Amino acid sequence: MLSRVGESTYWMGRYIERAENNARLLDVNVQMLLDFQSRGVETERQFWAPILSTLEDTTLFEKLHGELTAAALLDYVTFEPRNPNSIGSCISYARENARAVRDQISSEMWEQINALWLYFREGSAARDFRANSHEFYDKVTFASQLFQGVTDATMTHSEAWRFVQAGKFIERADSTTRILDLKYHILLPSGEQVGGNVDISQWMSVLRSCSGMEAYLKIRPGDATPWGVAEFLLCHAEFPRSVRFCVDRLDEVLHRIACTEEGLFRTEPERLSGLLRSQLDYATIDRVFRHGLHEYLDRVQEQLIRLDLAFHDTYCAY
Amino acid sequence: MTSLFHDYDPGDFYDEMFAAPGEVRPHYRMLQERAEALSTDDFNRKRQIAERSYLNQGITFTVYNDKQEGTERIFPFDLVPRIIPAGEWRQIERGLKQRLTALNAFLHDIYHGQRIIKEGVIPGETIRSARHFRPEFMGFNVPKDIYIHVCGTDLIRDREGRYLVLEDNARCPSGVAYVLESRMTMKRVFPQLFARYGVRPVDRYAQDLVDVLHHVAPASAAGNPTTVLLTPGIYNSAYFEHSFLARSMGIEIVTGADLLVQNDRVLMKTTKGLKPVHVIYRRIDDDFLDPKVFRPDSLLGVPGLVEAYRKGNVSLANSIGTGVADDKVVYSYVPAMIKFYLGEEAILPNVETFLSALESDRKYIVENLEKLVVKSANESGGYGMLIGPRATKAEIADFRRMITADPRNFVAQPVISLSRSPTWCEGSMQGRHIDLRPFILCGEEVQIIPGGLTRVAMPEGSLVVNSSQGGGSKDTWVLDGGHEPC
Repeated sequence: MLSRVGESTYWMGRYIERAENNARLLDVNVQMLLDFQSRGVETERQFWAPILSTLEDTTLFEKLHGELTAAALLDYVTFEPRNPNSIGSCISYARENARAVRDQISSEMWEQINALWLYFREGSAARDFRANSHEFYDKVTFASQLFQGVTDATMTHSEAWRFVQAGKFIERADSTTRILDLKYHILLPSGEQVGGNVDISQWMSVLRSCSGMEAYLKIRPGDATPWGVAEFLLCHAEFPRSVRFCVDRLDEVLHRIACTEEGLFRTEPERLSGLLRSQLDYATIDRVFRHGLHEYLDRVQEQLIRLDLAFHDTYCAY
Repeated sequence: MTSLFHDYDPGDFYDEMFAAPGEVRPHYRMLQERAEALSTDDFNRKRQIAERSYLNQGITFTVYNDKQEGTERIFPFDLVPRIIPAGEWRQIERGLKQRLTALNAFLHDIYHGQRIIKEGVIPGETIRSARHFRPEFMGFNVPKDIYIHVCGTDLIRDREGRYLVLEDNARCPSGVAYVLESRMTMKRVFPQLFARYGVRPVDRYAQDLVDVLHHVAPASAAGNPTTVLLTPGIYNSAYFEHSFLARSMGIEIVTGADLLVQNDRVLMKTTKGLKPVHVIYRRIDDDFLDPKVFRPDSLLGVPGLVEAYRKGNVSLANSIGTGVADDKVVYSYVPAMIKFYLGEEAILPNVETFLSALESDRKYIVENLEKLVVKSANESGGYGMLIGPRATKAEIADFRRMITADPRNFVAQPVISLSRSPTWCEGSMQGRHIDLRPFILCGEEVQIIPGGLTRVAMPEGSLVVNSSQGGGSKDTWVLDGGHEPC
């Protein structure tokens, strides 16, 4: 496979996943805001600032909008073409990458991503958003999942497909760490206790951002604690959006790409994914909390960035 | 309910469907009968299905001078097919085979002994001054002696319905993907009609093209050549076609940046290291192929590619230097070439052409600009053109000045009132001018896709069919003869 094709399929996988994660994050927070408006959050700013910093777009946002309001933030993260991480931009990039490898992916995949792009470009997306933002974000999430399903069902599971998977899992692992980290940034309204009602409610929205509510409650019925949720999203071996699950799959797929056995390595990406995998496989939540959740997540994010660079150097820009 | 063609006026032109108002030509009769049963609403619904399917599949072309997101447009597609009876097609096919055989013989001759110049058939100056003549390749032997592997020759019909050759596109002709896609769309939209009409299929094209490319592969490929399509990239106006063809042929599509040359061998960068490439179907003009040999500012090409080609380590389709054959001045000599190399009369005549390089012709041209179509010798896509009867006084004066300053660069032709076909425009059937670009493949033998791209000038009265100038397309049906009137 051409290096350029590898790079495009990888980024196609990453961008569609990023679009989905942004949609999830915004949806859940819009709903959470409804809960908090009656609970004394003083300003919209206080509520949305952590979300903005989770997405790391603060400077550009401030340049484009003066004041941080819900409407401005939602528009910025959903549609703003100048924001390279907005849902609209991610979909454009995903489609552009798909277009560059149109000969390598199935027609069904192309039509799905192209239809999603047209949905944004022709203005139907903005109309749906104004009519009902929850249904709109659901639709975007579902469109991404449909694309991934179509990918699995119609694309040959050969090298190019593995590059799509690598992109998907590295992006999802990164995104789950960001969503978890969001909780660190959200301030509890004054007078609220750690582990109290508001705190737990915030943790529940973090779970919902990752479609993890039902799965979590099955495993720990009635036990919504901060460390329980964090452990679940960080370390669960079988929940498909936990960081560990994503890194495990990433490690597998990188080994398949390099044609080496798991547990061994030949190239730098496998070495890094193996390292991160074993860390997460053997992590316990007490130690993570003792170390500091935020610091731990920061380190995982740095490792994912190094992995991305090594992957690029090994397969695309050698 | 009135039928779609009820009020149709064929006008004072050769109309493909109607010999006179209400008098349908025999090979369109079944189409008209079907149309009787179709209401305007049904027809509009079918149009929307077709349009949506084009948009969803991303069958678009890119408009230049427009860097915004609106750069991709769908190619307007008309649902009324252009139908060519079997006998008529046989004649076209013979004419095109003859023409391509002569053009390939001409290119061999021009890059070797230049007998055609020595014997006074074509002035040497015409060749030497042709912009796409590549003297660097004098004496070079191309694989299997084939210069033009893929040609798109544009045909028009005059008022009497005679087919004439308007021009040959012997460098990187585009449009064949629309032929294949519009056929698929028509089959989806009018399945029953197709089943009964006896339309010759077009879907062998990709396989035939692969065969041509493999046919010219260097011996070093040992019967298992790696073939790639070289594209300028996703922002090129024909990118959809490039990717479509690569997909249909099952070959890689590459950009210049994916290739590199080591020891005069072309290699492509893959995730598993460098891999040799043997045949390149290039959709990049000569000028941009290799910055070491042609334009040094080209970012699209591959440094060292031309040397690899000279050494015979990689084959190119089309070969370098074929542009001398589609120069519009050289075009005027094609009937003479056919006579010179094959000893035959041209089966498909040229449009009468005046050369401003010849003094007698030039005088006629500058005095009659209002009546003539003037073309630059080396432009394509409808650029650099004057249509006398539609031009303003200022435009005519501009061309008069340009012609006098650079006579070699212009030719003029009488305005041919191209044949028309019924076309759905703003809610009714109206006559619109059309042309035809058949695609010709030259490998072990010369093959022609049955039909080709029928382009339609969508604005009323317009004679310019290029997509960059608001042209659309129609499916072209060549009949297998089963339904033909005697």
